[in-house]
Amino acid sequence: MRNTFINTLCELAAARDDIFLLCGDLGYSVLEIFADRFPDRFLNVGIAEQNMTQVAVGLAREGYNVFTYSIGNFSTLRAMEQIRYDVCYHEASVKVLAVGAGYAYGPQGVSHHATEDIAMLRVIPNMTVCAPADPVEARAAAHFMASYRGPGYVRINKIGEELIHDPATSLDFAPGRLLPVQAGNDVAILATGAIVAHALLEVRAAGNSWSVFSVPFVGGYDPAQLREIAQAHDLLVTLEEHQLNGGFGSSIVEALSDMYAVGNLSSMPRVRRIAIPNCFIGTAGSQDYLRASAGLTLASLRP
Amino acid sequence: MTIALDEFARRIRLAALDLCHCKRTSHIGGALSVADILAVLYGDVMRIAPDLASDPVRDRLFYSKGHACVALYAALDIRGFFPAGGLREGFIADGSRFTSHVSHRLPGIELSTGSLGHALGVACGSALAGKRRSLSYSVFTVLGDGELDEGSNWEAILFAAHNRLDNLIAIVDYNKLQSFGTVEAVTGLEPLAGKFRAFNWSVIELDGHDLSAIKSALSVAKARRQGRPHCIIAHTVKGKGVSFMEGQLAWHYKSPSDADLHAARVELGQL
Ligand SMILES: Cc1ncc(C[n+]2csc(CCOP(=O)(O)OP(=O)(O)O)c2C)c(N)n1
Ligand SMILES: [Mg+2]
Repeated sequence: MRNTFINTLCELAAARDDIFLLCGDLGYSVLEIFADRFPDRFLNVGIAEQNMTQVAVGLAREGYNVFTYSIGNFSTLRAMEQIRYDVCYHEASVKVLAVGAGYAYGPQGVSHHATEDIAMLRVIPNMTVCAPADPVEARAAAHFMASYRGPGYVRINKIGEELIHDPATSLDFAPGRLLPVQAGNDVAILATGAIVAHALLEVRAAGNSWSVFSVPFVGGYDPAQLREIAQAHDLLVTLEEHQLNGGFGSSIVEALSDMYAVGNLSSMPRVRRIAIPNCFIGTAGSQDYLRASAGLTLASLRP
Repeated sequence: MTIALDEFARRIRLAALDLCHCKRTSHIGGALSVADILAVLYGDVMRIAPDLASDPVRDRLFYSKGHACVALYAALDIRGFFPAGGLREGFIADGSRFTSHVSHRLPGIELSTGSLGHALGVACGSALAGKRRSLSYSVFTVLGDGELDEGSNWEAILFAAHNRLDNLIAIVDYNKLQSFGTVEAVTGLEPLAGKFRAFNWSVIELDGHDLSAIKSALSVAKARRQGRPHCIIAHTVKGKGVSFMEGQLAWHYKSPSDADLHAARVELGQL
């Protein structure tokens, strides 16, 4: 999905001359295609993510739509205050890209585990948080961010994600929308990011007729759609490759609770949040191993 | 420790190559460039040993190039910090503590790194504590050259001089390459020695593959406590010791194939 996103950005940059790409000394064998084609709209700013973010804001003030590219925590947490104050407060057209969502860089250790970014970015006003699940969504995310004016964050897994959508269908890909991947009943799985594919596999392997939704944009949910899903199922389950505190599942519970509190929802649904249990996993391991260690599976739902 | 420094360095290189080969991991280039520096630190200059791990006056190394973990793991392994065979078996295995960026959960490692630009600031705090408590230990840190792009390093460089941390020795592995280009092309550092001097550091520039030069510079820096922190600018070659890896950006990423490993072993005199 990393290459899909960048390749799509290349196509878009050919049509739109405001797209600018900055990287923090990363992107070997990924970004060359952009750098070679649009040398005037590319710069490796060095291993200096805070400065990269600030330079992006300066470029954005001059009319560019700037994408900043690095690994998980480096383009995000390392530059948090620049993102909050320079990007978001000024509503700058800066799109923060982070490769290596969750445990995608598994064996590399905690420095490379992006497991708090959703919570930290979604709380900042004006920020649009997007976590595509597969290459089809990554492509849609590139299109969305290329035309969207204002701050955005795209959380990209890495490589080798399975397709959960048919590339031929046109997705209802917009903030607030939950994308149905499998229609069912009793239980609705709401998941964000590359782990959607994993949930789908588990549901299918167990022979369950549960609903599965991919939620590529975190926060700002369409109340009518959320209400409909809540009322049609006995149990909602959120799943994310991220800490439990403040993450995607929290955003769903907040939205439901807020609707219930003001009478927009007749009863508060049962919501089970599956996320990393607020801990660091300091051991090595593949993405699958670390997901399992953190309990990111639907196994606990089985009777 | 009786092993000669050139043999120590050779064993670091061979072990690093073996680990990157058998576990298909990256960053061999930066491991080979830093091997001689680590051989001198662990084979001679630093007062460390497995049974001194919590000794308050042990010397400290804060290793900022966490990605070049195989070199540090190898040096610690040679010094007996890990059970025999544990490193090779455990390296990046599911559930093991040998992550592919250095981990403080392993014996002998003071700080987990892997996010660049963290160790120098922490080293400053450790050096400050040594001063406040009048403890004799020295604080070493090893930095990449590309890593010097990070602003956090320059905050620490100002801080160390202002606070007269003459028990702090920063070694820059100046191998002229970073992740996505040469240092010169990405963000040039020159005049690097001049920058550190202007920040009130005492600076020695040397060939980072000349073991006796490294040894004498580190020994001098360790002994000289005259109010200035020390910077050793070690001119190195990324991939040093394996001709086809030297100066090649690709070896920041690639892991050696069977044939690469064989050729490297021949060059290093193991075969
Ligand atoms: C904060 C941060 N940004 C980016 C990276 C990704 N990264 C890993 S190694 C590296 C290049 C390091 O270059 P240098 O410091 O020169 O190390 P060496 O040449 O010794 O390998 C980069 C950019 C990182 N680990 N941490
Ligand atoms: Mg370098």
